[in-house]
Amino acid sequence: MQLSAATRTSSFCAPVSPQRSSNHPLSRSPPDASTKSGFTKALGHWAALFVMVLILCGCAGSTHLSFLDPQGPIAAAQRSHFYWVLGIMAVLVAGPIFVLLPLFVWRYRYGNTASRYKPKWQYSRLLEIMSWTGPILIVIVLASFVWRDTHKLDPYKPLASGQAPLQVDVIGYDWKWLFIYPDLGIASIGTLALPTARPVSLHLTSATVMQSFFIPSLGSQIYAMGGMVTQLNLMASEPGASLGENTMYSGGGFYQQKFTAHAMVPADFEAWVGKVRATGMPLDSRNLQAIARPGTRSDLIAALPDARSTDGDVYFNGVSRSLFPAVVMATMDGKPALPDSAFYDAGASTPAIDTASRITREHAR
Amino acid sequence: MNTGALFDHPLGRLEWASLPFWQMFQHPTKDNIINGCIDTGAASLVVIGAVLLVALLTKYRLWRPLWSDWMTSPDHKKIGIMYIVIALVMLARALIEAVLMRTQQAFGLDGGFLSSSHFAQLFSTHGTIMIFFMAMPFLTGVINYVIPMQIGARDVSFPVLNSISLGLTAAGAALVMISLVIGKFSTGGWSGYPPYTGLDFSPGVGPDYWIWSLTLAGLGSTLTGINIAVTIYKERAPGMKLMHMPVFTWTALCTALLMIYAMPPLTVATAQLALDRYLGFHFFTNELGGNVMHFANLFWLFGHPEVYILILPAFGVYSETISTFSGKALFGYRSLVMATMAIAILSFTVWLHHFFTMGQSANINAVFGIASMLIGIPTGVKIYDWLWTMFRGRVRLTVPMVYALGFIVLFVLGGMSGILLASPAIDYQVHNTVFLVAHFHNVAVPGVLFGMLSAYHFWFPKAFGFRLDERWGKVSALCWIFGFMGAFFPLYALGIMGMPRRTVAYADPRYAPLEWVALGGALLILVALLALLWQLRVSIKNRDQNRVFIGDPWAGRSLEWASSAPPPEYNFAVIPVVEGRDAFTTAKESGRAYLPPETYADIKLPKNSAMGPTIAVIGFALAFGLVWQIWWLVILMFMAAIASLIIRGFARDTTRIIPAADVRRENERWLDAVARATAISRADESNSTNVGLALQAADGGVP
Repeated sequence: MQLSAATRTSSFCAPVSPQRSSNHPLSRSPPDASTKSGFTKALGHWAALFVMVLILCGCAGSTHLSFLDPQGPIAAAQRSHFYWVLGIMAVLVAGPIFVLLPLFVWRYRYGNTASRYKPKWQYSRLLEIMSWTGPILIVIVLASFVWRDTHKLDPYKPLASGQAPLQVDVIGYDWKWLFIYPDLGIASIGTLALPTARPVSLHLTSATVMQSFFIPSLGSQIYAMGGMVTQLNLMASEPGASLGENTMYSGGGFYQQKFTAHAMVPADFEAWVGKVRATGMPLDSRNLQAIARPGTRSDLIAALPDARSTDGDVYFNGVSRSLFPAVVMATMDGKPALPDSAFYDAGASTPAIDTASRITREHAR
Repeated sequence: MNTGALFDHPLGRLEWASLPFWQMFQHPTKDNIINGCIDTGAASLVVIGAVLLVALLTKYRLWRPLWSDWMTSPDHKKIGIMYIVIALVMLARALIEAVLMRTQQAFGLDGGFLSSSHFAQLFSTHGTIMIFFMAMPFLTGVINYVIPMQIGARDVSFPVLNSISLGLTAAGAALVMISLVIGKFSTGGWSGYPPYTGLDFSPGVGPDYWIWSLTLAGLGSTLTGINIAVTIYKERAPGMKLMHMPVFTWTALCTALLMIYAMPPLTVATAQLALDRYLGFHFFTNELGGNVMHFANLFWLFGHPEVYILILPAFGVYSETISTFSGKALFGYRSLVMATMAIAILSFTVWLHHFFTMGQSANINAVFGIASMLIGIPTGVKIYDWLWTMFRGRVRLTVPMVYALGFIVLFVLGGMSGILLASPAIDYQVHNTVFLVAHFHNVAVPGVLFGMLSAYHFWFPKAFGFRLDERWGKVSALCWIFGFMGAFFPLYALGIMGMPRRTVAYADPRYAPLEWVALGGALLILVALLALLWQLRVSIKNRDQNRVFIGDPWAGRSLEWASSAPPPEYNFAVIPVVEGRDAFTTAKESGRAYLPPETYADIKLPKNSAMGPTIAVIGFALAFGLVWQIWWLVILMFMAAIASLIIRGFARDTTRIIPAADVRRENERWLDAVARATAISRADESNSTNVGLALQAADGGVP
């Protein structure tokens, strides 16, 4: 199996990994900052400052926080896009202004008799043309980058891979995320486990207010909204733990709405799935009501009578694939309590849930 | 609802628990006591401040002058000053809140001292105040004061409407202040996204306070926009063509037009949210067909032009100050006008960049991303035009110029982070993080706030007749600039490290060091504010050494410098005739600036009107009644509002005459002072020999 990973010649806050071959269009495409040694110089002090600050703030922590420390092809491409846009602007926008401004203030200071004084000079065709064409050209260059990379990094765009993507349904609650693996029949709160080098296709909704799902070191953030389904495609290149969070303020426990995106080699992932199947609770209507009640993850663990929590995570087994569409429809109908039928797959699905399944599938296209 | 229900609860939802200390006494836990003490302290400040104000006004017998010289005055200059007073009071409150938030986050590793909901109130009021009750009144005040004088007019087109606009803004500000004492403000941020601010998730009065204070401010701003636009179109001095107007007037015109077109979507959005909350509508709920995305679109359809409502007048101020303090005509006038108009129009085409992450297609995101970047073009042109204005000039580093230079450096950085955010690929990473917070403060503080402070120092001598202390002004300006850097540059890095905005506490120790740096910056900004207040005190004490009665302390270029400082209430004894740009500079060069007019005529001015304060009281009471659902008060105040408008409709005798003889006496007193004054060169600008008469240099020489 060929690993799909961003070409990375160096990485901070992580052990240096050997350069890997890549079959993913994202990682092949120029410009990747780290592949162009000349470009790094041109970034100027800005990028260096950011990196410095990140290093200064400690690589001691084990979780990956930032897209400047990418753990997958999307974040890596975003990093190189970021460096390019920043570099172009540092050189072409900030450069001339930061040179000319102090120069003019000093040279044309009051009291200097050596420089020319032309109090009525107020027009120069050449300078006017330069003042307009400069910014126009810069914006044309940047706009072409934006057009290309907005399409390339569209969160709805499936990632090219030899493997079928892992499906994950994500439901935002106050103040925790429920991750459902519909094809595996399991669900988790607190950890989003991912196999490395396999695309992950997420469908997201909210059972409460608007939220924004975000794993910075893996890729884009996307809103999760009640009665609606959004999508996100991500991939982890190598094993490791990354910060996951909600970035949209949603009430008192908002700041605790974090999770760990745990990328594992496929064998470890299989083991994790096995562990969840073995130790998980049934996700029945009573447990779902407990999840839906506003509270942080630790509140939930305290409230669940038979929670077998490991490291603050909560696992469920026997989860129906129609649960996610059912929650979407129930939120849209303003009925947070779900009928028991929503929790069973075979033969018990209601017309509403069928509709939701169809909507979800259509979204996926 | 039957009629009895209206009066079953004469105080509506008001109860003892609405008081800030109630919770603390009922449930004296440690958290409740800390937060209760802070709440109560803040509420006490409001109450003590109000009591103190009333006591002082009574002691010095100032009620009558306050009423007849200020509150009922239709004079655009006094209204402008009152707007700025509101802005400075609100600035102080919102800045203290900011420091409190920075302190909380510095201690925020695994906790801190503020409760989550208290922190949420702080960021919600901070944002709401800074946008609607600091920046908007500040720029409205400056525009109000300067524009009629800059275009050679006696007042705005609708002076009483101007007073009503002020009343509405003051009522909104009072509503935000009273929320400190009674009840709690919204926790939904300044953008107030439903469904969080809907009844299901925020059943309290908080979002209602937010809705009605914004509605009052929004109404006031719409009326102000109409007033300013009409004034600029219709009241210009004879001979002043559109392309003769100073650039500040141009930016004020664009801002006024933006106010007219951008405020209605906000009013609609908040009205729909109010219908959801009061009458069970479902515009923005999760269920029954409601959709939060409509709110996002409407809010930012207002919200993005709002950004340019705020920044364009500041651009105008910088155009004036950079030209004046470089002793040189503004470079590229035509380009600056075109750029201003281009920004005004483009500002309506980019609102979607506030929610690239809502799931729309790549095509839509890319189009709006590129549209956002287009705004960088006219903005870049402006920066270059200001640079070329300094080129071959004689730059004097006065306080307004220090702000202008700080602005250019910092705004370039803020603009660059804006371009980064305009790229959807990067926005997906830094949206909703403190990187975004750093960006909009990076454009709003050096842009809007520095611009308004620059304007305050520039036009203060015109308004009050004496210059502000230069030394303390520079101390304050440098503290603002470096404090800003300290407070917000760390947030760029924190945002890139994935830290969400609006987070009361965090668990990752890697965030803490940068939070401490940011707190240091915030404290330096607090020092800047104190230095600003101290400067005012020192300047008032030394005012007799710094008087500039002649009225032209900076060798100004436009018409507002052509009359005494402070100017007479009718601005100009005789309306000037204009032949080109930089009208006052031309007049000074040709020796016509201080000539006595051939004849004087009677001047007609609007009479005082109680409409402004009346609408302020009615608007406040109506909104307060709506917030607390005191329905008898709502009905009463609604009828009072209609009645006051009808009564005003019967007023026929709305003007008064200033006799020509009085105008002559006043003007001759000033001309005598001009004749006795010594003109000074720019080298003496900052010392007591500057009485407001500028030395004219020989052609091409340095004055």
